[in-house]
Amino acid sequence: MKFGVIVFPGSNCDLDAYHLVRDVLKQPVEYIYYNETSLGQCDVIILPGGFTYGDYLRSGAIARFSPVMPAVADFADRGGAVLGICNGFQVLTEAGLLPGALYRNDNLQFRCEQVFVRVDNNSLPFTRSASLGKVLEMPIAHGDGNYYAPPALLREMEAGGQVVFRYTDHNGDVTSAANPNGSVDNIAGVCNKNGNVVGLMPHPERAGEKILGSRHGLIIFKSIVSYFLDREVF
Amino acid sequence: MLKQAVLDPQGAAVENSLKALGYDRVSGVRVGKYIELNLEADSREEAALKVEEMSRRLLSNPVIEDFSYTLQEAGV
Repeated sequence: MKFGVIVFPGSNCDLDAYHLVRDVLKQPVEYIYYNETSLGQCDVIILPGGFTYGDYLRSGAIARFSPVMPAVADFADRGGAVLGICNGFQVLTEAGLLPGALYRNDNLQFRCEQVFVRVDNNSLPFTRSASLGKVLEMPIAHGDGNYYAPPALLREMEAGGQVVFRYTDHNGDVTSAANPNGSVDNIAGVCNKNGNVVGLMPHPERAGEKILGSRHGLIIFKSIVSYFLDREVF
Repeated sequence: MLKQAVLDPQGAAVENSLKALGYDRVSGVRVGKYIELNLEADSREEAALKVEEMSRRLLSNPVIEDFSYTLQEAGV
């Protein structure tokens, strides 16, 4: 299996994602530039964090029209595994590949800190190695992470298991104090209806080594690796 | 503009600041974006159609924002 990390103008977590896949997971990985029109032979596509196009207009709004995005949309439509982290999550919502929208944190602060998120759907290729309700410690670093979806859409997402991660305290309890940005229902990450496209505001790629304070983010990457290993075997 | 149903943190901060300045009868402050552009079109209808299309596709995010626009003929 092979990972591809999309590099947009203004991406700045592309190196972190590449490093984690190559040096920690020990899996093949390549960069795919925003102006390419093919994803090559990649099995997993990562849209990394950063500030694409300076976050002008809205976070992710301009990147989503990059030449590479039709290939990402096509890949996602065919069931390909796509992970959007932070700004990558914003790009995916702007592109309509994930439901809802992300806008200014309710406290107007840029929040850069460790948070706890709970896994509320562990049946996805990206979460299958986690137990349901597992609490993961990962860093966040964003100013536009306030997740919103209108009430009817939220109900539909909830029923379909599309709410994947929620901000909680270290015990896994959803509290307003644990919500760093005002996200509706403490939502930190969601997936599309088929579960092959996942986006989250926390940074699992920055929580994959002991020296970084937490290795909990690895479970997301190990999940997708195990998913492909199982597919090869069976 | 953010839809009425969507909380506007910037608007709330501006409102608090106005109140601190003594404008205590202010309420409902909302902060939006104002975008100006030139567009060549053969008719007003065509211009309206294009502006609406641009607004839906890029200038606004229909999940959280509404938009309105005015057209002004710039002359040849």
